[in-house]
Amino acid sequence: MAFFLETLLGGLMSGMLYSLVALGFVLIFKASGVFNFAQGAMVLFAALAMARFSEWIPDWLGMENLFVANLLAFAVAVVVMFVVAWLIERLALRYLVNQEGATLLMATLGIAYVLDGIGQTIFGSDIYKIDVGMPKDPVMMLESVFEGGILINKEDFIAALIAALLVISLSIFFQKTATGRALRAVADDHQAAQSIGIPLDRIWVIVWCVAGITALVAGIIWGSKLGVQFSLSTIALRALPVVILGGLTSVPGAIIGGLIIGVGEKLSEVYLGPYVGGGIEIWFAYMLALVFLLFRPQGLFGEKIIDRV
Amino acid sequence: MFYRENGQFKTSYKADQQAFAIPQDRWAIYAIVAFAFIGVPLLVDEYMFRAILVPFLILSLAALGVNILVGYCGQITLGAGASMAVGAYAAYNFLIRVDGMPALAAILLGGLVAAAAGIVFGAPSLRVRGLYLAVATLAAQFFWDWAFLRIKWFTNNASSGSVSVADISLFGWTISTPTDKYLFSLGILVVFAVMAKNLLRGNMGRQWMAIRDMDVAATVIGIRPMYSKLTAFAVSSFYLGVAGALWGFVNLGSWEPAAFSIDRSLQLLFMVIIGGMGAISGSFFGAAFIVILPIFLNQMLPLVGSLFGLEVSTALVSHVEVIIFGSLIVFFLIVEPHGIARLWATGREKLRLWPFPH
Repeated sequence: MAFFLETLLGGLMSGMLYSLVALGFVLIFKASGVFNFAQGAMVLFAALAMARFSEWIPDWLGMENLFVANLLAFAVAVVVMFVVAWLIERLALRYLVNQEGATLLMATLGIAYVLDGIGQTIFGSDIYKIDVGMPKDPVMMLESVFEGGILINKEDFIAALIAALLVISLSIFFQKTATGRALRAVADDHQAAQSIGIPLDRIWVIVWCVAGITALVAGIIWGSKLGVQFSLSTIALRALPVVILGGLTSVPGAIIGGLIIGVGEKLSEVYLGPYVGGGIEIWFAYMLALVFLLFRPQGLFGEKIIDRV
Repeated sequence: MFYRENGQFKTSYKADQQAFAIPQDRWAIYAIVAFAFIGVPLLVDEYMFRAILVPFLILSLAALGVNILVGYCGQITLGAGASMAVGAYAAYNFLIRVDGMPALAAILLGGLVAAAAGIVFGAPSLRVRGLYLAVATLAAQFFWDWAFLRIKWFTNNASSGSVSVADISLFGWTISTPTDKYLFSLGILVVFAVMAKNLLRGNMGRQWMAIRDMDVAATVIGIRPMYSKLTAFAVSSFYLGVAGALWGFVNLGSWEPAAFSIDRSLQLLFMVIIGGMGAISGSFFGAAFIVILPIFLNQMLPLVGSLFGLEVSTALVSHVEVIIFGSLIVFFLIVEPHGIARLWATGREKLRLWPFPH
């Protein structure tokens, strides 16, 4: 029982991390109908920026304080992601309005290539580490309930907490601020939003900026877990089943989908994996999403797809 | 002036329904095929065959398969590489497990197995649509990636799924030199392209196109969505399976699952979208673009660097290559979202009127 709970909790926490990446997808898809395959590249780019600036800034300023260096690096990385978002909108997406979904998907793939290339040219292509001072040692919990207690990775726990915080602040931003309302209006109906004077291109830049920030947060958390390296950009592929499971247009869907996928992955790997040779995590997530999709083709919380002839 | 069809009257249904109804087109196609069979082997050196032409031919075949599904039936797939892998490994198993199996038969059987797998993994398309389906097809990609890496039976207990095939032979003709490989791939490609052309203008192709344009409306006029979607998946996977088997047997010789990873799937989708969705010629244009561009960049960048007196490191070259590749793709999509085939069609329209303005 304790082992089951441990696996379950581990799954929930890694699921939270998936939702963090999935959020980026959902935000952009909702606002502009672009299925952003470059999200993974953005995560890598942001993590590289963060890792390298936190290394360079102490050198440039000649100071030792890790916290201040990280804070500065974070600020610089945010600015970098804003610039990236602005450039993507300005140079590519602006010209691709109203194209088919597949074309847009391919365009974002092209953007992903460019981002990967530029990121590695500027920041280098070795493995870097991000040290934001997250505690690494696991802790025991519920020792009174179970014999031996449950082992919890503190790092994962804090990461999940940060993810939850980000989600809450995002939903406040979307529900309560004028910009958030404008974003939701654009998501609802481009033309109607434009006709009441919401500037579309500015909204898109904002959405990409927000997606950039979620990418940065995801990049920092994943980067401090796994190290910043090229394979970080493939976590987008891990987050895709989360997105379709939750629904492409739903923020809560991304969270709940992430939790389902996280738990499903961990449980399948532990209880099913040994029988079939292990390593089934990645395709199991897709299969799980597929099973849900067979019952609800638009994902759990996605907008119902209505066919009009 | 030379390319126009006025004055050409069709006097029989047969003439009207030819694959290439305009004689200029027909002769141009004959000329191209003849040149590819006879002229190219005389003119081109071995490096060209190995590095460019053989990959180009096989990937064109694969792109044709993807185009049938994505361009003609409107079902976006990101699992094309998986179909290629199934074809390659199935053909390999037929070749080594059945005594005296001819290589060509193994390749075709591999295609059939891929078609069966394609039907299974295409079944969700009956419920799931659009981008959701695109992501769902990734399930096939990751499942087969895993299967060929972990299930030892598929790879005859080879470590890490790497298998190799000796030079294959066809009715006593051993395909070993690059020229042989080129001719063999070209022969198969021509047969399959003719097949696709006829399939697509027949009943089945029209059903696919109806489903692509609006599936509810197609259902209303009596097209069975299940039948036509699944046939599209089957035919497309068959093409991909054959292409995969060729890629393994002819181009690589020895391969591992990574040869058919998700990157391959994305590459194939690129070819179709850059080349032109819903155009057979688009598959060829796209494949040429994607095969030649990286090689071209790889050769050109150090030259350009040395022109400015810069010593360019290989790492930088590969990064700049990726950047230019990505930006060219975005650029192409912005300038001509319907692909090179549309550019070609526009050019042909112009040619028809030339030299008069209207």
